[in-house]
Amino acid sequence: MYTSKPSSSQTDLNSLDHKLLQNFQKEFPLSARPFLDIAQQLNVEESTVIERYQQLSEQGIISRIGPVFNPHKVGASTLAAMAIDEKKLEQTANFISKLNEVNHNYQREHEYNLWFVVTAETEEKLQQVFIEIESFTGLQVMQLPMIKSFHIDLGFAL
Amino acid sequence: MSVDLKKLMALIQQGIPICARPYQVIAQKLGCDEKDIINGIETLTQKEYIKRFGVVVKHRKLGYKANAMVVWNIEDEAIGTMGEKLAREKAITLCYQRPRRLPQWPYNLFTMIHGKSREQVSSQLKQIIKTHQIKYEYSVLFSTRCFKQQGANYFTQETSPINSEVEG
Repeated sequence: MYTSKPSSSQTDLNSLDHKLLQNFQKEFPLSARPFLDIAQQLNVEESTVIERYQQLSEQGIISRIGPVFNPHKVGASTLAAMAIDEKKLEQTANFISKLNEVNHNYQREHEYNLWFVVTAETEEKLQQVFIEIESFTGLQVMQLPMIKSFHIDLGFAL
Repeated sequence: MSVDLKKLMALIQQGIPICARPYQVIAQKLGCDEKDIINGIETLTQKEYIKRFGVVVKHRKLGYKANAMVVWNIEDEAIGTMGEKLAREKAITLCYQRPRRLPQWPYNLFTMIHGKSREQVSSQLKQIIKTHQIKYEYSVLFSTRCFKQQGANYFTQETSPINSEVEG
């Protein structure tokens, strides 16, 4: 049985939450009542499983229960980076975060201090997003599309 | 009946609803059967449009606050072998080849290391460099702030999205 280790983190998970987060990152049940399947595996009630997932979602601990798409097969996407004056960073970052096509947006310690991922249905739509960003900021965006993935996405080990 | 896979992808990209019959809820939106949705997701997975289907966690909220993008300048001939080696490292959660943008950006291999502290991430990196005797130039970009993390919106919504995203 899992016991949470003492750590500096603010979020301590109980044993059920840990299993709900760890064990269903891939091959989530594709059945009429997936949460019942999970409940039976973990020997708890279906309603408990649903409540816990709703809670974890509301707390922002889970992003979603859903697909991670393969960027080589679906749509167009790229990692992008910008070098932004510190004073303008927050404003620019907020503008970029508001764009629907942006799904990750991080500040990083580097001359290129804003890093984000843009996805769209087509390459053309993707480039329109960059035109919008570049015209708003007056800065150039460095686009770094994936050439090859060496990694198989198995989820995130907790 | 088979479901329009593009419409299905648009409806699930931000997650399925968290309720007793999630696939039924999606089916109602598309005017098809629950079974069509389940088959559709299975098809998308078989065709490798979906890499994995399940719970997507936000590592920062779980105390994995230290997140470093480690970028490497690997000579072109060696990138395949280096990429495969690094991808097998347990601490490395992503490993992608991307283009260089010279002169300002010489790095062509991108890896991600998540940890609970910077010290933990740095010591994992040190260990990896030692194990593989890596002599290539690299740079460590710790993230200092997350402005946004959610599922990718590949598709513009024609129908209203099922949004399970809570984003701060």
